[in-house]
Amino acid sequence: MLDNGFPLATESNILKELIRPPTILRSMVNTITGSSNVGETLPTGQLSTIPWRRAGVKYTNNEAYFDVVEEIDAILDKSGTTVFAEIQGVIDACVKLSGMPDLTLSFMNPRLLDDVSFHPCVRYKRWESERVISFVPPDGNFQLMSYHISAQNLVAIPVYVKQNISFFETGSSGRLDITVGPKQTMGKTVEGLVVTVHMPKVVLSANLNATQGTYNYDPVTKILVWDIGKLNPQKLPNLKGSLSLQSGAPKPEENPSLNIDLKIQQLAISGLKVNRLDMYGEKYKPFKGVKYVTKAGKFQVRT
Amino acid sequence: MRNALVSAENLQLTLKTDFSSEEQALTIKNEDLKEMLESNKESLKLEAMKRIVGLIAKGKNASELFPAVVKNVASKNIELKKLVYVYLVRYAEEQQDLALLSISTFQRALKDPNQLIRASALRVLSSIRVPIIVPIMMLAIKEAATDLSPYVRKTAAHAIQKLYSLDPDQKEHLIEVIEKLLKDKSTLVAGSVVMAFEEVCPDRIDLIHKNYRKLCNLLVDVEEWGQVVIIHMLTRYARTQFVSPWREDAMFDENNEKAFYDSEEERKVEQTRPYIMDPDHRLLLRNTKPLLQSRNTAVVMAVSQLYWHLAPKHELSIITKSLVRLLRSHREVQYVVLQNIATMSIQRKGMFEPFMKSFYVRSTDATHIKTLKLEILTNLANEANISTILREFQTYVKSQDKAFAAATIQAIGRCATNISEVTDTCLNGLVLLLSNRDETVVAESVVVIKKLLQTQPSQHSDIIKHMAKLFDNITVPMARASILWLMGEYCEHVPKIAPDVLRKMAKTFTNEEDIVKLQIVNLAAKLYLTNSKQTKLLTQYILNLGKYDQNYDIRDRTRFIRQLIVPNEKSGALSKYARRILMAPKPAPVLQSAFKDRDRFQLGTLSHTLNSQASGYLELSDWPAVAPDQSVRNVEVVEPVRLPCIFILFYFLKIMLVLTYICVHVESVSESESEENSDDSNKSSSSQSEKSSSESDSEKKKKTLKNKKLQQLLLIIMTKYILIHIVLSISTQFFVNCMCSLLHLCVFLACQFDAVSWHVHVSLQASSPVFVPETSHELLHRMTGKGLSAQYRFTRQPCIYGNSMVSLQLTLSNSSDQALENIHISEKSSTGQNIHRFNAIERLEPQASVTVSMGVDFNDSTQAANFQLCTKEDEFSVSIQPAVGELLLPITMSEADFTKEQGKLMGMNESSATITMKPENVSSQSVNRKVVSVANIGVIPSSQENIYRFAGKTVSSGSLVLVSVALKDPDAVITINTEKTVIGSMLLRQFKTALTNSGP
Repeated sequence: MLDNGFPLATESNILKELIRPPTILRSMVNTITGSSNVGETLPTGQLSTIPWRRAGVKYTNNEAYFDVVEEIDAILDKSGTTVFAEIQGVIDACVKLSGMPDLTLSFMNPRLLDDVSFHPCVRYKRWESERVISFVPPDGNFQLMSYHISAQNLVAIPVYVKQNISFFETGSSGRLDITVGPKQTMGKTVEGLVVTVHMPKVVLSANLNATQGTYNYDPVTKILVWDIGKLNPQKLPNLKGSLSLQSGAPKPEENPSLNIDLKIQQLAISGLKVNRLDMYGEKYKPFKGVKYVTKAGKFQVRT
Repeated sequence: MRNALVSAENLQLTLKTDFSSEEQALTIKNEDLKEMLESNKESLKLEAMKRIVGLIAKGKNASELFPAVVKNVASKNIELKKLVYVYLVRYAEEQQDLALLSISTFQRALKDPNQLIRASALRVLSSIRVPIIVPIMMLAIKEAATDLSPYVRKTAAHAIQKLYSLDPDQKEHLIEVIEKLLKDKSTLVAGSVVMAFEEVCPDRIDLIHKNYRKLCNLLVDVEEWGQVVIIHMLTRYARTQFVSPWREDAMFDENNEKAFYDSEEERKVEQTRPYIMDPDHRLLLRNTKPLLQSRNTAVVMAVSQLYWHLAPKHELSIITKSLVRLLRSHREVQYVVLQNIATMSIQRKGMFEPFMKSFYVRSTDATHIKTLKLEILTNLANEANISTILREFQTYVKSQDKAFAAATIQAIGRCATNISEVTDTCLNGLVLLLSNRDETVVAESVVVIKKLLQTQPSQHSDIIKHMAKLFDNITVPMARASILWLMGEYCEHVPKIAPDVLRKMAKTFTNEEDIVKLQIVNLAAKLYLTNSKQTKLLTQYILNLGKYDQNYDIRDRTRFIRQLIVPNEKSGALSKYARRILMAPKPAPVLQSAFKDRDRFQLGTLSHTLNSQASGYLELSDWPAVAPDQSVRNVEVVEPVRLPCIFILFYFLKIMLVLTYICVHVESVSESESEENSDDSNKSSSSQSEKSSSESDSEKKKKTLKNKKLQQLLLIIMTKYILIHIVLSISTQFFVNCMCSLLHLCVFLACQFDAVSWHVHVSLQASSPVFVPETSHELLHRMTGKGLSAQYRFTRQPCIYGNSMVSLQLTLSNSSDQALENIHISEKSSTGQNIHRFNAIERLEPQASVTVSMGVDFNDSTQAANFQLCTKEDEFSVSIQPAVGELLLPITMSEADFTKEQGKLMGMNESSATITMKPENVSSQSVNRKVVSVANIGVIPSSQENIYRFAGKTVSSGSLVLVSVALKDPDAVITINTEKTVIGSMLLRQFKTALTNSGP
């Protein structure tokens, strides 16, 4: 919400109070009663010094969940060596606690975190002095913090890619052969593996054979997507076949680079671990949970 | 032709009819809407307003509905009201007379008890751009600026800017309001008022002086967008008020150089006194640093630019990490951040060099991001990392994105000129690129090679030859022109090839682009001068072709060249110098960053991004040579209120006297006579007070009636307190203990209050507890304690062991048949609380009991304090769970102060509840009793009949806790205002149960 061009309220909790987000039930009720999603109550949160939390929150099940999501940004070169790799992590939280809880989250290994940024609710002084995250949480879903583990540290690369893409000088065709295998997965399975290739403009179609998963080549956007799924270390997935090029056009200069997407459940690749979550200020015992996920961020293999 | 005209006319006709029919439809619809607006049904009105706002959004004219819409401004329905506001803001300027009808509604709303309604009324009122209401607006702003609610004051600050844009003549009045609002201590207001300041009077830096420190200190708690504005303002402020922190570095270098040549003594004279940073300058840097961790990219950028412009050079590196972090953000953010990094990296390579790899380009980046990253990589290149960078560049050159590949080639060229070690490698690499299939790549390579060759032309004739060979395949005009220029410039290095190239060009002259033609003429002229034997005819031919060219530029050039080089009788002295004119050695071009001149703009501004001055850009001034007066920033500290301390000390001394009196008295009086006793002590206290007042005549003058009342009250409380103790135990030993601790207490409190009054402007006076509960809680049962039992209770007195501790009284008794030895609390405490242990009890006889006191710092939380109670043989884990009411200490303040403080603690800091009171609880006595029994807070005298006020502060942090109970038969509203929201909500719950339950 702006006033004369100056941001007046950007906190999502306040905006939600002003205009309630539509749900199926609410839109049904609205059509019957003729009311709308505009909030009847005045947004009192704006007035306080803790604008992110609504007053008078009440839940029957008090629960606090934290997702540690890490994304690997990496560039691998043709031979598979790492040109550049870093980890970008976020801690997403879903906190449904009654009243005005004061939470403290501590890590086993806070020294790992190179550079952090916090939601405004986090008390920066305590982080500086004790390396714990102390905060009065907003209600519902929010991003508690994001962190950065930079290229200086060694970053484990969970998969390797063997690829061979070549275009022939004559005959306007090319070959493609990609194999993906596990590298440093810490004993966890790699899921949701997808390889995306932005083909050069001259590639008309692809006639390939995948040992696992399905592939799809869109001749308009020139994007080849190979959806592998779960990575089986015993039988490595392979995509092989020929590409047909526009006849008469010169062969492309550069081989397309591969973008890789993957997901590893129950693992934070940096080794970050949440130690404990304590709650002060309220009497009840909340249900707590922490989940770790590693994903590929901007993960690129040059060819 | 005719056909086309006819069809165009037809089209026009159809357009016209379309338009008119639409207009008609609109008016019909408007009638319909008018009817809906005038109906009685809210839902119909709402529907109509929705459609009207829809029309406005589409850009249709809905102004004729104005009268019908304005009527609804007083509607009760909030949604309808909001839509009417939207309409008003859009059309009020057009229909000024009618708009005035709505003003009275806003004026009424400005007086609404609800702060949010007051604020939104002011917001809409100030958005109505009707010059007639300027005085009303001015009045409203002035009033709102002194509103109790910070939110309304914030809105007033926003309104200032709007009024200023409507009527700049109000500037002087508005500056007054800004000055007032700048003094505001609320974090809500700070951002908005600085925004108004920047808008209205950015040059009035003198208004900031007094508020500078306050703004620095509040900064962390201001909302994000406000932070951005304040940081930018403070950057400008600091540049005018402090001396440059960079001076030292420069001085130092200079001195070093001088040391080589000058004698020692002279150097000493030269050395000026070392630079000492102004503490206020340091304060700004220190307070903005944590904001680098903000989630808001604008804040991080603002702090970065502040550090860039204000921090000493060696402290700059802390912003690097945060800026690199921002690169993960959206591409728009990336673009701006990369631009700023590019500017920074020119001046200070070292800052970003460790993060070089973060600027590596991905094939999925957008082109403008790629080129910026490339720019930064080029800026960062030095002897050490050039090989890595060049390897990286090799990948980029092959990119499918040709514009990017071309930019890479330019970057290689820049690296080659800047770092002489790699010039040859780069040149060879670029020559290889000449055989690239893509035109743009080749063309760019030629251009770059041309520039490189110019810097060291001597040994590169083979490259020129190679380029001449490739000439036929190159079609890009710029590249062709470049090659031709090279041929001409260095024709002496390639004497055989150059005439041949000229021959080819003569054939294709007419088909070439202008830029190429110019260079052909140029080449011809140069060859004519050096090798006229072979090229005389060719030159003549080309000059003739040029003479009749369509382009006048080429004709001019041809004419000029002909006169210059071909000697004839008319041409004068110049042709003698033709060779020197055309073949003069030319300085090599300097390849430099496109960001070179951007540092003239403040980083992070729109002007910097656009690289041209945007309107409203405020120039960042240079550091002053001599710092202006620092004392302007000093704020007078409110004179601490010492007087009350003296009074309190005085009272306590009196209480001491009373105590001694009672002490003496009690020895002769038995337990059963306690009633009489209290009477006696009352009597004695009054007599005593008379006595003491006569002792100090000077003090007596200062005493007001109120103070006397308070004194009476205190004395009564104290005597009651003593009586409770008498009931508890009659041992005289205890009284001596009690006396000692009270004496300590007095001294301690006096000291405390001396300290407190410095911080708190409102005179908060600690008072003694109104009520001390007698209930004790079990700490250790005799069964589990193997005969040792322990009970604790809260004494509600300030703890003598530490001012953040809650004092507790522990009664230990031995119910076994053996004596227990060495009872103490174990040294290792399991939880974080700071516990002051009692001195170990050497021996406790069977059936005996002993009372000791201890202090626990609960840190304002109701977390139990766990510790080990040990005897000689055993250890027992025990825990003390404090009730939230025990974490407080009572204070007294005037009613006015109470409401003032309460006004500061609104919103999130306020929690309230409505309860239904039992009729027997309604009396003032029972309310007071119930409240003070739940929490250790003081009663504030209230002038209103049905409102009871209580005040306390938390023991550890000293935060105010204000409680008010307003009775509205049969309901009661309990309101708690405190910064410690957690404590507030817990207290509220307990008050609710206490006040709804009947019984004592």
